Amino acid sequence: MKMTKSTLVAGLLAGTMLSTTAFAAGTHPVTGEALADDQTFTYRILDEHSSVDPQVVEDVSGAEIVRDLFEGLMNQDKDGNLVPGVATGYTSNDDNTVYTFTLRPEAKWSNGDTVTAHDFVFAWRRAADPALASPYQWFIELMSIQNAAAIIAGETAPDQLGVKALDDHTFEVTLSAPLPYFPQMTTHSTTFPAPQKVIEAHGAEWTKPGNIVSNGAYVLTEHLPQERSTRERNAMYWDNENTIVDKVVALVINDENVALTRYLAGELDRTEVPAGQFPRLQKEHPGEAISFPRLCNYYYTFNLSDSGPEEFKDVRVRKALALAVDRKIIVENVMAGGQTQAYSFAPTATAGFTPPTTEMATMTQAERDAMAIELLAEAGYDKSNPLKFNMIYNTSEGHKKIAVAMSQMWKQKLGVEVELGNMEWKVFLETRGNQDFELARGAWCGDYNEASTFLDLLDSNSGYNDGKFVSPRVDELLAAAKTAKDASANYTEVEQIIAAEMPVIPIYHYAGVYMMDSDVGNWPVNNVEQNWYSKNLYKIAE
Amino acid sequence: MLGFSKKETDRAEAVADNAVMQGRSLLADARLRFRQNKAAMGSCVILGLIVAFVIIGPFFAVWDHETIDWTAMGDVVGLGAPSLASGHYFGVDDLGRDLYSRTIQATQTSLLVGLIGAGMALVVGTFYGIIAGYFGGRLDGLMMRFVDILLAIPTTLVIILILVVAGKSFTTLFLALGAVSWLTMSRIVRGQTLALKSREFIEAARAGGVSDAGIVTRHILPNLAGVVIVYASLLVPDMILAESFISFLGLGISEPNTSLGALIAEGAGTMAYGTIWQLLFPLFFYVTIIITMFFIGDGLRDALDPKDR
Amino acid sequence: MLSYTIRRLLVAIPTIFLLVVACFYMMHFAPGGPFTSERPLPPAVMANIEARYGLDQPLWKQLWDYLVNIFVHFDFGPSFKFKDRDVNDIIAQGFPISLTYGFLSFIVASAIGVALGVTAAIKHNSWIDYFAVSLGIAAQALPNFIMGPILILTFTLWLEWLPGGGWNGGQWQYLVMPVIALSTSYMGSISRITRSSMLEVLNSNFIRTAKAKGLSNRAIIWRHALKPTLMPVVSYLGPVFVYVLTGSVFVDIYFSTGGLGQAYVGSALSRDYAVLLGVTILYGALTVVVNLITDLAYAWLDPKIRY
Repeated sequence: MKMTKSTLVAGLLAGTMLSTTAFAAGTHPVTGEALADDQTFTYRILDEHSSVDPQVVEDVSGAEIVRDLFEGLMNQDKDGNLVPGVATGYTSNDDNTVYTFTLRPEAKWSNGDTVTAHDFVFAWRRAADPALASPYQWFIELMSIQNAAAIIAGETAPDQLGVKALDDHTFEVTLSAPLPYFPQMTTHSTTFPAPQKVIEAHGAEWTKPGNIVSNGAYVLTEHLPQERSTRERNAMYWDNENTIVDKVVALVINDENVALTRYLAGELDRTEVPAGQFPRLQKEHPGEAISFPRLCNYYYTFNLSDSGPEEFKDVRVRKALALAVDRKIIVENVMAGGQTQAYSFAPTATAGFTPPTTEMATMTQAERDAMAIELLAEAGYDKSNPLKFNMIYNTSEGHKKIAVAMSQMWKQKLGVEVELGNMEWKVFLETRGNQDFELARGAWCGDYNEASTFLDLLDSNSGYNDGKFVSPRVDELLAAAKTAKDASANYTEVEQIIAAEMPVIPIYHYAGVYMMDSDVGNWPVNNVEQNWYSKNLYKIAE
Repeated sequence: MLGFSKKETDRAEAVADNAVMQGRSLLADARLRFRQNKAAMGSCVILGLIVAFVIIGPFFAVWDHETIDWTAMGDVVGLGAPSLASGHYFGVDDLGRDLYSRTIQATQTSLLVGLIGAGMALVVGTFYGIIAGYFGGRLDGLMMRFVDILLAIPTTLVIILILVVAGKSFTTLFLALGAVSWLTMSRIVRGQTLALKSREFIEAARAGGVSDAGIVTRHILPNLAGVVIVYASLLVPDMILAESFISFLGLGISEPNTSLGALIAEGAGTMAYGTIWQLLFPLFFYVTIIITMFFIGDGLRDALDPKDR
Repeated sequence: MLSYTIRRLLVAIPTIFLLVVACFYMMHFAPGGPFTSERPLPPAVMANIEARYGLDQPLWKQLWDYLVNIFVHFDFGPSFKFKDRDVNDIIAQGFPISLTYGFLSFIVASAIGVALGVTAAIKHNSWIDYFAVSLGIAAQALPNFIMGPILILTFTLWLEWLPGGGWNGGQWQYLVMPVIALSTSYMGSISRITRSSMLEVLNSNFIRTAKAKGLSNRAIIWRHALKPTLMPVVSYLGPVFVYVLTGSVFVDIYFSTGGLGQAYVGSALSRDYAVLLGVTILYGALTVVVNLITDLAYAWLDPKIRY
């Protein structure tokens, strides 16, 4: 029979796929390093995650777990580039409004079922469905999928969403408008497939260990809330033979100093570095203290709405305050973790866009201070007539240090008197969201690696524009950027307007600062979104 | 007269005149006993020294409590260590601010919080507990049920809610602390009042026609004094600790002001990083204040309780 | 006594009911809600979420639904923050943990505290007295939230004797540090109250009579002095028990035990109304029961007190 040879080959392949411990005490197939016997990766998370349901998860620690448990159409490699996931590839039509993904036939759920396009259709509809009430519904709308907005508003049924399973292994998406970075968005957890039968069988309990069925490299085997969660190798995963790490444990440790202590005691392989401790740890534990750029910014926003203070309506005051902040001290002494000084709103690490060098960036701090004093005096304030305002931040040791440092810089250089106020997270969000502040802290991590995820924040219609900055030109540029072939010119101009109007004070761009055990191999330090996958890691033998 | 010495005759006449017998008041007795208690007197002296330090200390300070010393900030472990030369007698905190001035300001705040908070709890709790315990019956039942309900509301919730709804300030801090601390005091006072109420000397007083108010003020209160004062002296550190818990949650005193609890929490976080002075100095003041309050409380109890010793 | 107990328990029900209502309204007063987030949700999305969790109903209706769910179905509802779990789960998982180390801490603190206090009082003014008093004072003066980092540094990093945190089903290695951290300061305060109370009792007339009658010291202490001594201690122990259970936030935060204290403070800060109310009811019921036991114990200790 013709099938004999292929069945033989299939059988051999199946045999290799099922052997799970091929790597223990072996060597890495690519780098040749000796692998440790115990391939368990243990890391610390700050707080208990909100969920492991891919369409519901909203926090970073949850997303990390979901990325290991489930797999979406595309993945990211260690540099952040798109690589095939469940989909082997995709094609799009001429005007980029219809994308067709080809799914690999060997992708399986952990219970043996094949992963089909229907699973993706089910998942994406589910994400948009008001009945699920997912906090990430808006992501489906952000992807510009046809009818998304109407479904979320409850005007149309979820089955009208622009997604279709042409057959078991072909998944087609129809967008309402072409979106250049759409493929990148398929690496996000909200777009991961969901096992319909399991969800219908177990309802809200489907994510509990024992019930949960996932299609990623790992399965959730243990979850002790506020203590730890464990995920272990999924033998059914299509690429299981290349997965080296057997088990991943996430330990919940609220206090970062205790986490560092436990790391030093050998209980963890990775933890965050408390602010200011990086230089010392670098010296004492060379090779273990690492720092790399992240796709997030940190800034303070002026309240430019009607309820905001009169002083801030004057651009000279805003510029003066922005100039007088010594970002070098903040980045090197207060944070001391390899963060970069920010003179633009979008981080320099953003793919496909280099923020323009602004005038402020090229001056020395002495020059900046001089200009600040001058501008402030022009506006009518100096040490004898001090500028007064309040600044708020949410409770955290790190934010407090930066706020205190900034207020001191302003006081010593400009005579400004600042009233500091910290508030708990929810109150802070409410206060800022109601424009009940004068100067408030802000930070943003990109939803995808493209400049619009940051610059859209300053669009006057944006729901996240708490400072209520309004610039018709910025709105125009950002709208045009959505459909432009190359939006860099638009983004550059937006950044220049930001530098001229100074609605926000950019402080620094994030760095991922961690203590990483030297036996952890292949940590994706170049992936600025820090989409890391445990299946790409390995533990080196000591 | 025959058979009597001059001394005895003089004394007999003096007795008749009611001239010599000058009784010592109870309070004077108490004061004397307190003064003889070496631990308590020593504690008073130390506490006095601390208060003096808080008042006079700022005159010797080179830095104020909020100014950042940028050079020290860059090298907290080295340049930030305590030294007379740099003017940072107690070293600097993690941000390069002078710990000497910050500790003074923190001690001020904590002392105020402790004393005012405990005072409020003492006054309100005692008043409430005596009335409930003394009058007993349904009034007692009602009052204590009310206390039970309030006690059942977890203190964290009350504190968080009061601070969150009324905003952060010194007054709301005292309000929040006072609101939760008088409850247990009232239970203890009520318990003791119940026990005292059935004693014979109270019966005797009632039989003698003393009014309720008189019994309460002249008989029950002094006998309560021992337990109440010891418990109140336990409250002062509790208030200081509660304030530090509030700071821990981010609801406490706003920067750049600080309290001992906040400083200690910061110091505990960095203690393994080579900056142990950030923990030791505030901890020293905190522990000293608390220990002195304990000894003073003990001394007061010993002094006011006539049956002891 | 029995009728008193029954009366108290009956009164407890409206007490807890009032507690729930009060908490419910207080919480909704606080600014911010469970779904206030860094990325403010678009109105359509927010509407969906509120409909799902019933937050779009008028407050009294929400309260009514909530009460019906609790008292009829014993269902405390879904958590607003932890989408995969409901409050029953959270409480069922966290309460036994808090209860275990809380109860152990309570026993340790009471036993050591009372023993220290009694010893100090008996040997009043001897070096044993001063030592015990100093120990008690030191234990109480040390703020409990620094015990966490200090213990972990000592036992996990330097001595390498104990794991740095976690619960692991309650194995003894995971209990040691939480119990030490939690019991220390209460041990100090209990010993001081016991000592001062015993000193008062030892100087009272009936003890003097017993001594005059020739009873041995041991008999005096055990048969006559102990009960009256314990009365103020018992009043103090009641709330201590509740504090130990509810105030164990530090232990949960530093030792990652997964206990209820953290669920509780965390839910207050993240406005997870369902969890907050659920845990409040639990703590409220606990407090009422503990207060009742305290009052009964009071009556047992002092025969003159009768309800």
